[in-house]
Amino acid sequence: MNTTARLIYFSSVSNNTHRFVEKLKHGAGEIARLPLRTKDETLAAEQPFVLVLPSYGADAGEGSVPKQVIKFLNVESNRNLLRGVIGAGNTNFYESYCIAGDIVAAKCGVPHLYRFELMGTPEDVATVEKGLEEFWKQQPSR
Amino acid sequence: MTPSKALLEHVEAINWNRLQDEKDSEVWNRLVNNFWLPEKIPLSNDVQSWATLTQEEKTLTMRVFTGLTLLDTIQGTVGAVALIPHALTQHEEAVLTNISFMESVHAKSYSQIFSTLCSTKEIDEAFRWSKENANLQRKAQIVMDYYHGDDGLKKRVASTILESFLFYSGFYLPMHWSSRAKLTNTADIIRLIIRDEAVHGYYIGYKYQRALERESPERQQELKDYTYELMYELYENELQYTHDLYDGVGLSEDVKKFLHYNANKALMNLGYEAMFPKEISDVNPAILSALSPNADENHDFFSGSGSSYVIGKAEETEDDDWDF
Repeated sequence: MNTTARLIYFSSVSNNTHRFVEKLKHGAGEIARLPLRTKDETLAAEQPFVLVLPSYGADAGEGSVPKQVIKFLNVESNRNLLRGVIGAGNTNFYESYCIAGDIVAAKCGVPHLYRFELMGTPEDVATVEKGLEEFWKQQPSR
Repeated sequence: MTPSKALLEHVEAINWNRLQDEKDSEVWNRLVNNFWLPEKIPLSNDVQSWATLTQEEKTLTMRVFTGLTLLDTIQGTVGAVALIPHALTQHEEAVLTNISFMESVHAKSYSQIFSTLCSTKEIDEAFRWSKENANLQRKAQIVMDYYHGDDGLKKRVASTILESFLFYSGFYLPMHWSSRAKLTNTADIIRLIIRDEAVHGYYIGYKYQRALERESPERQQELKDYTYELMYELYENELQYTHDLYDGVGLSEDVKKFLHYNANKALMNLGYEAMFPKEISDVNPAILSALSPNADENHDFFSGSGSSYVIGKAEETEDDDWDF
């Protein structure tokens, strides 16, 4: 399915990341959620976007990036439009805190823009809204 | 629905090939992958470091650890088990047995730390203190009362608050020592416990939310009010307990910020908004860094200077590249 969203996210049935993104809605423009099931058809991005993803805490990062996100980023055109990553996690995971965001950022050559825990605090929401606004202003071309 | 009755009268063989909730197998796998035992951590390397603590610091550390032992004992032998009759799926029952066992491993870890660092007499003294401290006993009593009740949702709330909030007045101290390069192997054990508690709090909180969906709007509101009330009651008690422990070493105010920060996370695990504002939940950076070295502002492009945020080279990606 094609999407013109500027913010694309994955959230499991726990809906933590979903709740965070819901709170952003006013400032962040169109938002799209990746399919819950890996076997479902993934999204096709049409515009530059920022990806929000949770980490599945595992030692040394193995299996940390949700499979649904891997499927989405294995599509080259999606990868080419990725401009930045926002990671969700829990500091209880020590060095693995938001590691999926680190992995995607390193792999795709984009900045890890922000990290937040669980469904995010009001301060996280405000920082991301403002940060994204500035970030898109600074992007050279769309 | 009377699940506890169903459990007693009729048992079906669990079929992991027919899942009602995929979260059950995801969390089961994560818990199994995270499995650890304290015997594998070289605690004896902390003996020299222990000797550098003052007597007051040693006493504080032992009291903190007996308090944590009490909570792990409750959660292992009562808390997680009390949730089993209320499980929404058979697989949830199985996950709860795993949680219960790991809590017993945690409780045993503290004894491992004690036997490495302290004399039998000191250990007995610390356990005696934990029996006599009114605020510690009160926190245990409040939670135990809910575990002995018959409201499955309230039990889940109490359990999530225990996993995600009540431990943290204690967890603060080994993070404090670790930030000063003291008792670093002990801190490694505590970090493994902290990691486990995150999965436990996440999972029990998630199951609470699934069970809550089935309730009437009135009951949902009642449970939300109850959650904030219980949190506040336990928080007030934690303040007293914190003063009992940390006033002598002058750390109480620093510990309180850590309490606020974790109370917010406990509420989020239950699907509710944080209740403490940033101004009083800004954890000391040294403590946050001991908890997670990646959590400081410099790792983010949006906050801080962005000096060390991750940026790499674009690579071709394939499914099997992502496991690293």
